[in-house]
Amino acid sequence: MATATDVRPKLDVRDLSAFFGEVSAVRDVSIEVAEQQVLAVIGPSGCGKSTFLRCLNRMHETAPHARAEGRVLLDGRDIYDRDVSAVAVRRRVGMVFQRPAPFPTMSIRDNVAAGLAASSAARARRGDREEIVERALQRAALWTEVRDRLGQSAMALSGGQQQRLCVARALATDPEVLLLDEPTASLDPISTQRIEELLYELRREMTVVIVTHNLQQAARVSDATAFFLAGSLVEVAPTSEMFTAPRDERTEAYVTGRFG
Amino acid sequence: MQALVYLAAAVTVLPLLAILLYLLKQGATALNADFFTALPQPVGESGGGMGNAIIGTLILIGVASGVGLPVGIGAGLYLAERRSTRLAMIVRFLADVLNGLPSIVMGIFAWELLVRPVHHFSALAGGIALGAMMVPMVTRTTEEMVRLVPTPLREAALALGYSNWRTSLSIVLRTALGGIVTGALVAIARIAGETAPLLFTAFGNQFWSTSLGEPIAALPLQIFTYAISPYDQWHAQAWAGALVLVGIVFLISLAARVAVRHRHRAED
Amino acid sequence: MRVAGAGVGDRIYDWVITAFALVIPIMLVLVFAAVAEAAWPALRSFGFWFLVSSDWNPSAGQFGAAPAIFGTIVSSALALLIATPLALGVAVFLSELAPPWMRQPVAFTVDLLAAIPSVVYGLWGVFVLVPLLREHVIPFLRDTLHLGATPLFAGPAYGPSMLAAGVILAIMVLPYISAVSREVLSAVPRSQREAALALGATRWETIRDAVLPYARSGIVGGVMLGLGRALGETMAVTMLIGNRHEISASLLAPGYTMASLIANEFSEATGELHLSALMAVGLILLVLTFVVNALARWLVWRTGRAGGAP
Repeated sequence: MATATDVRPKLDVRDLSAFFGEVSAVRDVSIEVAEQQVLAVIGPSGCGKSTFLRCLNRMHETAPHARAEGRVLLDGRDIYDRDVSAVAVRRRVGMVFQRPAPFPTMSIRDNVAAGLAASSAARARRGDREEIVERALQRAALWTEVRDRLGQSAMALSGGQQQRLCVARALATDPEVLLLDEPTASLDPISTQRIEELLYELRREMTVVIVTHNLQQAARVSDATAFFLAGSLVEVAPTSEMFTAPRDERTEAYVTGRFG
Repeated sequence: MQALVYLAAAVTVLPLLAILLYLLKQGATALNADFFTALPQPVGESGGGMGNAIIGTLILIGVASGVGLPVGIGAGLYLAERRSTRLAMIVRFLADVLNGLPSIVMGIFAWELLVRPVHHFSALAGGIALGAMMVPMVTRTTEEMVRLVPTPLREAALALGYSNWRTSLSIVLRTALGGIVTGALVAIARIAGETAPLLFTAFGNQFWSTSLGEPIAALPLQIFTYAISPYDQWHAQAWAGALVLVGIVFLISLAARVAVRHRHRAED
Repeated sequence: MRVAGAGVGDRIYDWVITAFALVIPIMLVLVFAAVAEAAWPALRSFGFWFLVSSDWNPSAGQFGAAPAIFGTIVSSALALLIATPLALGVAVFLSELAPPWMRQPVAFTVDLLAAIPSVVYGLWGVFVLVPLLREHVIPFLRDTLHLGATPLFAGPAYGPSMLAAGVILAIMVLPYISAVSREVLSAVPRSQREAALALGATRWETIRDAVLPYARSGIVGGVMLGLGRALGETMAVTMLIGNRHEISASLLAPGYTMASLIANEFSEATGELHLSALMAVGLILLVLTFVVNALARWLVWRTGRAGGAP
């Protein structure tokens, strides 16, 4: 089930189920994500992959009537534990959404630094604010395009640039895990390529889980791939195996394009 | 039939043009520098103005805003964020009903609670009566503006590790601010012209006064007093006052529209 | 959208905005309580007779609100009679017939009517409308149209009158009815119009048969909203209605409304009972406008929900 490793996985999901009211969206999912690994989550529309992703940083529960059951261990500690605050979890696990959502009343600089305002600990690092902003923008491959206009409104950027800005914003807080929900779905090919390059490099520093409906993208950027269907985890395997020799026939049907 | 409809539109626009024309004509002739800087004079004396009334109106607006804006914005936030709770539905309905109550009733309310117990008219009572009128207006416009903030923005903030209250204040409220300011300005324009509540609270004052504990002059009050008087000289002053008052109200309404356009531009 | 396990900041925030929201129902209760408290002495003295007696004699300690109540109803009814067709006409004009370039300016103008303070309407009414009525409109109605023979236009016309108050109220109330009607009309789905047009209806027939009926309850709600406004209007009315405790069949006679009565006599009220009587009038006004507004809001709300189908 997991990729071969002797160390404790970064994320250890055990019997995770997620509901919207009475409707079950994710059923009894158990999966391990190794440290500094990129895991791609694929599956047809409505299979629960986005819901699953949102359970990993406790964003799922922000939807009306939503709840989750099961355990998600981050470095061995359950994030759904009573003593753990969702806010603390989200400072360690960052997220980039499908549609770029820069804060419209803030400049580019302030957008990137927005995460630094979230907590007193983060605010303490404010001293190196300019450095942090520059570094985050560089990692997001946006620095050269905006270095001269950091004070401009974030809304002046193109869609692809805005999404990279959102990536920079998520990176600025130095998360241990980065979750991406179809980040390039609404982007042009060049922006898509830049973000994929970024993801490929990010694995050296953090753990990444990316939901995507683009199989080629999954094949390009990930180390391991998980296939979801109707709320359940069907199969997880190293990416090369998943696409060449999947074990489950449903997986095979999906990756060869027979449905989805 | 179509002709009737066009006629209706024309007949509707007519009174406004008539009023504005008269205001300009009658008001402009009586308007001079003195008007803004002098106190009301007895009949027969030359000069005289409504300087104290203009200041008084500004002070009343200030007090009213100080009371009405925080409460209205807070209540609006509540309605937008706890939309479907029973309390929210009740508050929303009652706010709409309060919006339609006669302003004179609000004056009586302030009189009974703030004037009668101390046997004293005051600017504070007037400001609070006006502020109370502002609350339901600002509440509803704030609610609408906050609801317009797209959910992805909220989610983005939460995902960064913002707590609920920080998300609401530094992201959502900030994003909706332009629209909220517009709503506030519209409410202020509304109460700036109110007279009835002031009859029982601020009461009017012939002298310069900025004290909140004393009666205070106000432009609408002064216009009313002069308009119903038998003196031509005072009638002229009433027109001048009306011109200034309408000018103030229109300026504030204009500022509100500018704020809307500004907000749209920031979002492009 | 809220986070479970909220911290202290969240709890304080929750508490503060809930408290601010509670101000509204509390304020409403306080308004009723304050007015009722001030009205109590008079209500206790006069009881039900207060509503039907026309006897208003401060020196004799007699107070009857019937003329004021009568005047309120008549002036408001007159205002609605004049304003509703005009407002509907404007609304139909703006949402169906006007060329696009004309929409903004005309809509803006109508909305501007709502921004003019009541006292300015009163001022204009005293020096422009009343002379206009006296010198042109009333002679026209009385003599040319021979309406002087009817009780409605009988008697001398000196100036301030029920008619003047009704007209100024109509102008003041028009933008409110028009705004709601405009909203409701534009909410009528295209499918309604298209269905009528497909059946061969003319533009006007479409409006009359497909659009207006659909919007009916919303428009009624708008009219009631206008009614609520008219009932409570104070300054313009007190400057134009003559301020006389009189019930007359003639629109040319002076009269009183509840709001103008309170405004007019408050500063010269002789004694506690007089004051309390004024406040009792205020209570009647409060209850009346509360009911009308609640009904109006409910109607408009219901239109929004059910999609307005009659």
